[in-house]
Amino acid sequence: MTQAEIKLCSLLLQEHFGEIVEKIGVHLIRTGCQPLRVIAHDTETSLDQVKKALCVLIQHNLVIYQVHKRGVVEYEAQCSRMLRMLRYPRYIYTAKTLYNDTGELIVEELLLNGKMTMSAVVKKVADRLTETMEDGKTMDYTEVSNTFVRLADTHFVQRCPIVSATETAEPTPPPPAPTLVINEKDMYLVPKLSLIGKGKRRRSSDEDAAGEPKAKRAKHIESKEPIPDDGIYWQANLDRFHQHFRDQAIVSAVANRMDQTSSEIVRTMLRMSEITTPSCAPFTHPLSSNEIFRSLPVGYNVSKQVLDQYLTLLADDPLEFVGKSGDSGGGMYVINLHKALASLATATLESVVQERFGSRCARIFRLVLQKKHLEQKQVEDFAMIPAKEAKDMLYKMLSENFISLQEIPKTPDHAPSRTFYLYTVTVLSAARMLLHRCYKSIANLIERRQFETKENKRLLDKSQRIEAIIASMQATGAEETQLQEIEEMITAPERQQLETLKRNVNKLDASEIQVDETIFLLESYIESTMKRL
Amino acid sequence: MAGNRGRGRAAYTFNIEAVGFSRGDKLPDVVLKPPPLFPDTDYKPVPLKTGESEEYILALKQELRETVKRMPYFMETPEEKQDIERYSKRYMKVYKEEWIPDWRRLPREMMPRKKCKKAGSKPTKMKDTDKGTSLTNTADVLKKIEELEKKGDGEKSDEENEETEGSKEKNKEDEDDEDDAAEQEEYDEEEQEEENDYINSYFDNGDDFGVDSDDNMDEATY
Repeated sequence: MTQAEIKLCSLLLQEHFGEIVEKIGVHLIRTGCQPLRVIAHDTETSLDQVKKALCVLIQHNLVIYQVHKRGVVEYEAQCSRMLRMLRYPRYIYTAKTLYNDTGELIVEELLLNGKMTMSAVVKKVADRLTETMEDGKTMDYTEVSNTFVRLADTHFVQRCPIVSATETAEPTPPPPAPTLVINEKDMYLVPKLSLIGKGKRRRSSDEDAAGEPKAKRAKHIESKEPIPDDGIYWQANLDRFHQHFRDQAIVSAVANRMDQTSSEIVRTMLRMSEITTPSCAPFTHPLSSNEIFRSLPVGYNVSKQVLDQYLTLLADDPLEFVGKSGDSGGGMYVINLHKALASLATATLESVVQERFGSRCARIFRLVLQKKHLEQKQVEDFAMIPAKEAKDMLYKMLSENFISLQEIPKTPDHAPSRTFYLYTVTVLSAARMLLHRCYKSIANLIERRQFETKENKRLLDKSQRIEAIIASMQATGAEETQLQEIEEMITAPERQQLETLKRNVNKLDASEIQVDETIFLLESYIESTMKRL
Repeated sequence: MAGNRGRGRAAYTFNIEAVGFSRGDKLPDVVLKPPPLFPDTDYKPVPLKTGESEEYILALKQELRETVKRMPYFMETPEEKQDIERYSKRYMKVYKEEWIPDWRRLPREMMPRKKCKKAGSKPTKMKDTDKGTSLTNTADVLKKIEELEKKGDGEKSDEENEETEGSKEKNKEDEDDEDDAAEQEEYDEEEQEEENDYINSYFDNGDDFGVDSDDNMDEATY
């Protein structure tokens, strides 16, 4: 864990759970596994607060625990999981594009609460959807649970590990912590629930609509029939979301390189192998061209002949997104996921060099990338850039670690005059360096945003208060002039200041989201490369 | 080469011309300070992507940031008392739902101690353990009957029997009491800790757990 990552984790924890949780979380990241009392002692926080903070972190899957010998429970932070908090808006948006508002709210609730039982999610989402609907309409539980089932079928949500029932008749003292086990085949199995009912509004006027007097209903809740899926918790499957992001990136890359039709073919291939290929595999399952032809979306007018031509074209492309693995069944095709991620990461590096150092540097960078190893003289010649400038650019990129230098001594004494100096681009290390910078920039962006809001806190409070007053007056039916009078309590320069602030905060927030997209690409590339090594 | 060196000229082990300096050039100064905090960039950054989906994600992000503050998981730091109590403050309080963690999924030491228990977590916990005990209770009764038969003397009262048996083996039945006892222990430790700063229980292997509960049980079963 680098300092930049720790800093980012700390900022994210603070924004999501407050300062106490942040303190405990960061302490755990820095020190590794720690038992409860040591944490409390080292952070000088009261035991109660540490307990509550740990409960929050465990609930959100950010901390795991394990029992050591002697029965001491140790807590460990899940650092990479903490960084995923940056991507929450993107997960939610993806759920919306795939499964509409219901899917959006289900994923949002799961992310906000860490883990929940299915019945709780369905109830909450139905209530929330009902509140946004017009009067008299309600959301049915069955509709929400259908969406939930679809999310589980496509693996976007999964079960949390369950508490194993080790309690036997043995008269041993209960273990200090429960053992959590993952049941592989039940991971996506939705419990059979008969959730009947409708979303309820918070307003009391709905009391009659429910057809039950208040007292009776209160009693009903009190008696508390056992929850049917008690103990079965669900969480958002972030890896599946990442797989979806990766597929989208590949499809749009193909669309940019070739055309819409070829991207549609690649999309079909990816969709066919979504469930059959594990998310970390370097290749998709081989698919015959006949199978692909059958699975193309209906209404997409591509004849078998054209499809075959496209597939040959894709397989011949130097980027090797699509590879041919055999000739049976009209040709077997795979998608080289690792190659695709590598190309995307390299393209990211190239464009960063171009935007930071200009197009002539990018030329040198691409040249070195293509020729693998080059001597300084060769770089100057091949790039067709005056020697002095070329040197300058090369050194600049070398000092920023985009290009690395390999020494090959002719004699064992490493004398500089008898040594080859070869310039090369190590994509993996350059990607790591860039990733580190991305973490740093996001931390900077968050800090800047917090600074901007803090500077204008008084003004923000004021505008919020005035908005509240206006809203309440509108509700009571105040006159237009009165409303205007209150609105004028914010002066013109203040209004201007507020607008500037809003623009700045929006820009900072948008940058955060977009830097995170780069982070995602680089992380996937690094992860996929590390798996192959 | 060797002749060029010597007289006051800095000696390099390599040909300095290869790095791009001609013979008479002055070498750049050594930089001794950190780079500026906000350096000038040669190239201006490209504008951010904009579009419908980008805007929606942005709105989601900002909304999420407000929502997490209202979640029960957000732990606020106790504020220092202000000199003047603001009238508006009373209305600024945000409504938060109560959150009861599922204790079955958490290590036992996570459970709050007695004084917090009253604040709402107690009832659920009680129910959980009750469910468990009712089962073990019946099992215990069966066992007892068997034992009684073996002994063949019905003189001993059930209660006494229960007591002796209970002290021999640790029953699940007394989980509650055990918990209480453990909590009491923790309390004492707390007090001690304040005095000497050592963590007494760190190497506690839980052996003395049972002993204590047995003592306690006497009062509890009656």
